[in-house]
Amino acid sequence: MAPLRYPGIESAARAVLSALDVQFSDLKDVSCCPAPGVFRSFDQQTWLAISARNLALAEVQNADIITICNGCFASLFEVAYILNNDREKLDEINAILADIDLEYNCTTNVKHFADILFKDIGVKKIADSVNYPYKNLKIAVHYGCHFLKPSNVKNIDDPERPMILDKLVEAVGATSVDYMDKNRCCGAGGGVRARAKEVALKMTADKLENIEKAGANCIVDICPFCHLQFDMGAMELGKTNIPVVNLAQLYGLAFGIDKSKLGLDIQAVPIKLDKG
Amino acid sequence: MELRIDMTDEVEVVEKKAKLVNPEFVEEVIKAGAVSVNLCWQCGTCTASCPSGLHTAFRVRKLIRRVQLGFMDEVLPADDMWMCTTCYTCHERCPRDVKIPEIIFTLRNMAVKMGYMAETHKKAATLLVKTGHTIPLDDKAKALRKKVGLIETPLTTLSNSEALEEVQKILRHTGFDKIVGA
Repeated sequence: MAPLRYPGIESAARAVLSALDVQFSDLKDVSCCPAPGVFRSFDQQTWLAISARNLALAEVQNADIITICNGCFASLFEVAYILNNDREKLDEINAILADIDLEYNCTTNVKHFADILFKDIGVKKIADSVNYPYKNLKIAVHYGCHFLKPSNVKNIDDPERPMILDKLVEAVGATSVDYMDKNRCCGAGGGVRARAKEVALKMTADKLENIEKAGANCIVDICPFCHLQFDMGAMELGKTNIPVVNLAQLYGLAFGIDKSKLGLDIQAVPIKLDKG
Repeated sequence: MELRIDMTDEVEVVEKKAKLVNPEFVEEVIKAGAVSVNLCWQCGTCTASCPSGLHTAFRVRKLIRRVQLGFMDEVLPADDMWMCTTCYTCHERCPRDVKIPEIIFTLRNMAVKMGYMAETHKKAATLLVKTGHTIPLDDKAKALRKKVGLIETPLTTLSNSEALEEVQKILRHTGFDKIVGA
């Protein structure tokens, strides 16, 4: 989703990770994660096998995987979890991967961009990298569903009262505002946007209304599919006063990274934030 | 005056409905991996937590009950379960540890195998088969990537035909291309 629809998110994430001294390289030859809402719904064995191929490609390089998308995170992390814990399933999937001379041995760690920022880098180092603070900015954070849930599998933060993303946006000096049903879904997932856009949009409208009531200047998310739902949804609903900003784009602005890399103007609702 | 009510029609309707119940359905669902379905005792926490149910007729609790009772023909062809965004709120809150999204994935897999699949979903599935991705790399996407300083074609199956062939081999092995009619 990010590389082909919101490349500014990919480009911003690369620049932010570099600014924070995280070493990374492209995992070559991978395919779609594949998207959990649709492909797990169509055929779970295919979902497992295609995702296991991606995990195995990282394993060959002895590398961890960083994802900048909750959907990719859901597929890669949960498939790794299933295969780690179900020997029979692992054997079945490896029998499929044998067709392409590949085997998965359950050693790949999958991490979400936001989790790396919070746990491996830390809010302090991020705050120290901020050259242009946003003191007056009121941010409505949107975690998205698959960063934290299912929490028995992900075990990252409290799924009902999380704080990671709130702390991460406050590192730029901004305030994270509370709003009604803050942890609710954007509406896009599970193949609903593709199958029943009007239903997805009703859920988005709920979120946008609650965010507006809380007086937020922007939404900050960590998932390009939620991003698309808020950005295109704002236009489809005719409610374009609150832009949606990916965490990497927010950090790009606050660190002072070249704006042309951040894709601020290649959204339906361009990103314009006032510094305080 | 004699009051006479003819019950014949109603009896016929009930008998017809009862014949549609497939008591083996729940066993099939469990065998396909949704092992927690019979743990549900119908409290309704899932329905009360469902963001989609606020705007649609989709009721998670009823879906689970229909599966338990064997109402296969009311479950698999219907739109209802496709209204779930897989937000996992029900999964988090279920007091019986029923893995509801897992059940929904299993049911959707069954429905797709029977040919119940939305055209828009077929489109996404076909793109995976053809490109290894679900979003096309068109001129617009290339231009946007260039604009933000990225290489135009990501170093994925989009830029290596051998990698794409690997993905397509897997899809043939699992029969995905046939399942989705791609």
